[in-house]
Amino acid sequence: MASVEFKNVIKSFGDFKAVSDVSFSIGDGEFVCLLGPSGCGKTTSLRMMAGLETPTSGQIYIGGEEVTHLHPKDRNIAMVFQDYALYPHMNLADNIAYPLKVRSEPLARRHARAKEVADVLKIGHLMDRLPSQISGGQQQRTSLARALVYPAKVYLFDEPLSNLDAKLRLEARGFLNHLQRDMGMTAVYVTHDQAEAMALATRIAVMDQGRIVQFASPIEIYRRPATTFVANFVGNPPMNLVPVTGTKGDGKLQLKADGLTIAALLMTDAIGTALAASSSLTLGVRPEHLGIATPGAANTITAPLFANENMGPESLVTIDRGDTARVTARIFTDDHLDLGDTVTLAFSAEHVHLFDHHGNRIPGTND
Amino acid sequence: MKFTLPAFFGRMAFSALAALIGAAFALPLLWFLFAPFNGRAELGLTIPDPFTLNNFVTVFGNSFAVQALWNSLIQAVGGVILVGSAATLAAYALSRSSIPGKGAVTYILLLFSSVVSGSAAMVPIFLIISAAGLMDTHLAVILTFAGGLLPTAMFILRDFIDSIPKSYEESAMVAGASPVQAFFDVALPVIRPGIVVIVVWSFVNIWGSFLIPFILLRSDSNMPAAVAIYSFYSEAGTPVVTLLAAYSLIYSLPVIALYLFVSWKFGFRFFGGIKA
Ligand SMILES: Nc1ncnc2c1ncn2[C@@H]1O[C@H](COP(=O)(O)OP(=O)(O)OP(=O)(O)O)[C@@H](O)[C@H]1O
Ligand SMILES: [Mg+2]
Repeated sequence: MASVEFKNVIKSFGDFKAVSDVSFSIGDGEFVCLLGPSGCGKTTSLRMMAGLETPTSGQIYIGGEEVTHLHPKDRNIAMVFQDYALYPHMNLADNIAYPLKVRSEPLARRHARAKEVADVLKIGHLMDRLPSQISGGQQQRTSLARALVYPAKVYLFDEPLSNLDAKLRLEARGFLNHLQRDMGMTAVYVTHDQAEAMALATRIAVMDQGRIVQFASPIEIYRRPATTFVANFVGNPPMNLVPVTGTKGDGKLQLKADGLTIAALLMTDAIGTALAASSSLTLGVRPEHLGIATPGAANTITAPLFANENMGPESLVTIDRGDTARVTARIFTDDHLDLGDTVTLAFSAEHVHLFDHHGNRIPGTND
Repeated sequence: MKFTLPAFFGRMAFSALAALIGAAFALPLLWFLFAPFNGRAELGLTIPDPFTLNNFVTVFGNSFAVQALWNSLIQAVGGVILVGSAATLAAYALSRSSIPGKGAVTYILLLFSSVVSGSAAMVPIFLIISAAGLMDTHLAVILTFAGGLLPTAMFILRDFIDSIPKSYEESAMVAGASPVQAFFDVALPVIRPGIVVIVVWSFVNIWGSFLIPFILLRSDSNMPAAVAIYSFYSEAGTPVVTLLAAYSLIYSLPVIALYLFVSWKFGFRFFGGIKA
């Protein structure tokens, strides 16, 4: 097990910067999830850790040792590829045992070890099949098994569970979680599934357009998103963002937007700085912090109902403030609402997030 | 389905035409199968009468003709090994490395390859081979064919390898394999169908060619079968049809055998345009 560090890493493909000036360090035994929209540079970052791609500039360290130009075979890492990359001419046993073959383990021992891992991932009965003879989810588990079959310094996972059904995914997730606690594996894990990231990660790195926007613990990312991008990306459904105009009055902050009534907020220096730059701010409220307003509520948003989706225990109530500026609430009552009804949603001041006109979080709110 | 009358006659006419064309192609093949067993074979197609294997006995009694088959085999196998291995390594490098201008290299080679094995280059090839002191050797034939066939072989194989995801070798290298190990363990088995195509193609090319060995070889003991067929012409230049037919049949057997072997062992996968 080892730490991983990026120092000002840039990777360009021609004129296009897939990863631009990324620096971070991952401690020994940490499980870091990379979260971000498609094409933001997650796979490229993993490939640079693996040595399959050389950074255009910057340095990469594994276990404190510089590996920027080291060949992949000399890094002692394990990787699950986004496209599995199973060897089509080898059966599952040989596929999974291949890293052990390279390490000159005797045949019987490596097959026994491969079977052990395969059994845990419930593909032990398929060891004689070729990759083309098993399902997509089974292929994915084979690829996962091949990465876990040998002890590596760092494990890199590129969406390793994306093709599994909900139950298998939960099981595999539990298995990875157990492995991480058990052997203290250092892992970098790319996923599109926030629940997975929240469940597995000790820290989450949210990426956007080749940059790391926020690198923090799951709870921190949920509670204090650094930018509107993170706020809008994390959460299911994501945070509601309402553009507002802020003014200072009576030493307090007044916010204005169509259909919004909100009690004046306490002024802070940070808010003052943001206001001095621009009066257009963004107000954020998570759907789970919105409810149907009771009469006399202080903080409300009112607009016609756009959709009411019943999800079982809860409903997603969406109102449309015009120009597709929609606000969604997760509510746990089953009030009857009709399309076109005007609905008023309420929230409490302690759940308010504020962002300046660049979309950066204004510190001090909701901390 | 119901045919209207004109459509029905249209189908009839089409089928008759197709049958006629088919027969035109089948007749020479039938002759090719019957004549070797016919004691009095002529250029016309007849049922073997008397049916005999004497033609084959005479052919196998002709040591020059037998030696020629052996020579053909040496030259074809030698050429195939050279073309197959060189094309595989070159195509792999061209596909996987990031050498600038590698596309241009292949296209230029491809352009010149048609010159090398074509008759236009016969004089320079003759001069080069004789300057290299390789005149009248198997090696001369093998090298000339390799020069002519390699670019096309490389081109086909590179296209084939390009269509195979890099991540096979990448995952092998991440797992700890050296590039050479990754090539032999992972890449080579995956590329094999493409190599098989190249092997068959170059074998057929060398086996069937006449001009290059005819020019580069002198002694009877080195001549391949394509040239030796001429020994079954009488002094006056008329073919001895019986022997010629028998020899031709023997001559075509290795090619047929190779096709059968390959399709049995690997299954022919030309992948429509050589893509997986
Ligand atoms: N070899 C390459 N040449 C040119 N551009 C590339 C190359 N590899 C990746 N890119 C570009 O770099 C960007 C980042 O790619 P990357 O594969 O890292 O995305 P990702 O975050 O893994 O996306 P996804 O979630 O869809 O897998 C993309 O815009 C992609 O088009
Ligand atoms: Mg990716």
